[in-house]
Amino acid sequence: MNQVDKSFQAGRRQTRKLDLEHGRVEMNHGAGGRAMADLIDLLFRQAFDNPLLNQANDQACFEVAAGRMVLTTDSFVISPLFFPGGNIGSLAVHGTVNDLAMGGAQPLYLTAGFILEEGFPLKDLARIVDAMAEAAREAGVLIVTGDTKVVERGKGDGVFINTAGVGRVLDGVTVSGDLAQVGDKVLVSGTIGDHGVAIMSQRKGLQFATALQSDSASLNALVAHMADAAGGGLRVLRDPTRGGLAATLNEIAAQSSVGVRLLESALPVRSEVRGACELLGLDPLNVANEGKLIAIVAADQAQQILAAMQRDPNGTAAAIIGEVIEDPMHLVRMVTAIGGERVIDWLHGEQLPRIC
Amino acid sequence: MKYVDEFRDGERARGLAAALRQEAQPGRHYRLMEFCGGHTHAVFRYGIPDLLPDNIELVHGPGCPVCVLPTGRLDMAMRLVLDHPEVILASYGDMLRVPGSERRSLLQARADGADVRMVYSISDALELARTNPQRQVVFFGIGFETTTPPTALGILEARRSALDNFSVFCNHVLTPAAMQAILNVDPASEESVEIDGFIGPSHVSVVIGSDSYAFCAGQYHKPVVIAGFEPLDVLQSILMLVRQLNEGRAEIENQYTRAVTSQGNAKAQQVVQEVFTLRPTFEWRGLGQIPTSALAISDDYAIFDAEKRFAMRYVPAAGTKGCECPAVLRGAKKPIDCKLFATACSPESPLGSCMVSDEGACAAYFTYGRFREDALQRQSQQRAAVKARRQA
Repeated sequence: MNQVDKSFQAGRRQTRKLDLEHGRVEMNHGAGGRAMADLIDLLFRQAFDNPLLNQANDQACFEVAAGRMVLTTDSFVISPLFFPGGNIGSLAVHGTVNDLAMGGAQPLYLTAGFILEEGFPLKDLARIVDAMAEAAREAGVLIVTGDTKVVERGKGDGVFINTAGVGRVLDGVTVSGDLAQVGDKVLVSGTIGDHGVAIMSQRKGLQFATALQSDSASLNALVAHMADAAGGGLRVLRDPTRGGLAATLNEIAAQSSVGVRLLESALPVRSEVRGACELLGLDPLNVANEGKLIAIVAADQAQQILAAMQRDPNGTAAAIIGEVIEDPMHLVRMVTAIGGERVIDWLHGEQLPRIC
Repeated sequence: MKYVDEFRDGERARGLAAALRQEAQPGRHYRLMEFCGGHTHAVFRYGIPDLLPDNIELVHGPGCPVCVLPTGRLDMAMRLVLDHPEVILASYGDMLRVPGSERRSLLQARADGADVRMVYSISDALELARTNPQRQVVFFGIGFETTTPPTALGILEARRSALDNFSVFCNHVLTPAAMQAILNVDPASEESVEIDGFIGPSHVSVVIGSDSYAFCAGQYHKPVVIAGFEPLDVLQSILMLVRQLNEGRAEIENQYTRAVTSQGNAKAQQVVQEVFTLRPTFEWRGLGQIPTSALAISDDYAIFDAEKRFAMRYVPAAGTKGCECPAVLRGAKKPIDCKLFATACSPESPLGSCMVSDEGACAAYFTYGRFREDALQRQSQQRAAVKARRQA
């Protein structure tokens, strides 16, 4: 490793044998020897380039800011790896950045752990790594340490990525899933279900044509704008990823011991998403998002926060979609477009299309 | 979204609801059965009961294919995958979660090593057969007249491409026979269900045509209104039924004219006739043995019949003890009348088939309607009873 370390300390890029055009991941790329050093050096470090990473230690060492810190981790095992609007790399950054942002924090540093399957094309890995680097730059976060393992062919699904992250809580913000109060307003930052439907449109056995892109995005700037507008009015922030809006609101209702009532007519849903869900027998409320957040906010500051959200590129379609109500059963319910009412439940089991 | 939003319009819904409140006669109780599970799903998903006056009661019918398949038929599939390691069983998703005898589902059998695959259509099963020439692929065919034509086309395709490692475990059933069975129950018997009229199936009727229900009006003097699956379709159909009943009429009316004709889809009927034959009798969960109510693969296509290929044998089996699915499927009980509902039985761990499928009445109540007052009352009574038993 010495040689590699030196080359980085000197800021030089040595050209070694790593065929990014035709090469594939081999077992020795994870074996700790020269091949692994090449992979880290020419692929990961080139892309993620920053002083902490370039120290090339097995850990990153940094000063701790005053205030409260947030720490989170997430693993990404998505299939397909590439989808309209992103790939597993950008998703791995957005997901962890958003987990930090939903704690009311500005993200500072990420780690990146790769589990690669033997035989995976290096060209595809490079695309993934480049997307990670770009997403990190956009979010203003540094990828400062990492790990690479290779598993035998058939024992992985191309690439798995784990990212962990630390961030610092914004001044004046205290958010937690158990802080929703009766009378609070429920806001969503934009159209729901885009990511899940974009992924499903590419999945084997389900393929259908759509121009829909995943909404995968980092939301830390949006959260910062909301905090600037009325940080004290923020009670709960959460990104409705797996399980969609339905699961997230049910979690919050249970944590805060309240009920939630949504208005179907206020929900922003793209017509492509509604159409695809209609076709597959799914409910957009259960479909995953990767670039949306739900905010539960004090009623008297809801308009202010909404206006701030709508000024952010990731919040232009933000809307107030409901309110927190008293309910001993802690149910999430919705007034339907026709004026009836129904429960919005967790999804039971896997999301399966209906059969007739 | 075009062709959908028009049928979910709030203002029109309020208009229909007002007409229903005005036209439903106060001294009268209207019991209307929505035969089809798709309608049950729509009723609760859109909160239609909130728009109806109290004296219009919706009775949920047996039109959910997963729900009506008796435990014994599911056991046959289970034995097939456990006894024949060469078999890949391809099934629609819902069927995998229904508990068979000993409360075991096909998903559990899969966890134990059986090769069970979820498919979206019979084409996926044919593809499995093509890509696994060393294996036997069996498609678990279930459903009413809507899913029968695709199964027929799948079998025709298997013959055309000489796919000799493909077969179908056929459980296709017929709607009119089940409606007749419900109407045939002796009014004096405990099992009888008083029904004033039917909200008729939409997709099934696209295939078989509205004339197929003539016997309801002719023989039994019960009106039928064939309805689309959208909330305004359902509301309008209820209004049409109320009007027929108020005027003493019993006719087959078609609300779903944008898709249903009197004769149905002749081409679909023809492929079904080509491939299938009527079974003399078939057992339904909740309705028992009903003569000529189901289809088997005809002799000409017998080589694609999994029951023959693997000598599968039907052994009647009891459902879960205490489960009221049979009475729920007849319309004799509501899901909340079952003491297992939302206590031991939930969509996460279903004990009965009606809690599995989206189209099952129990799943619809649980998923969309469990804040409703009657459900709450019932639940609190049950909780009190459980507590009392524990204390005793």
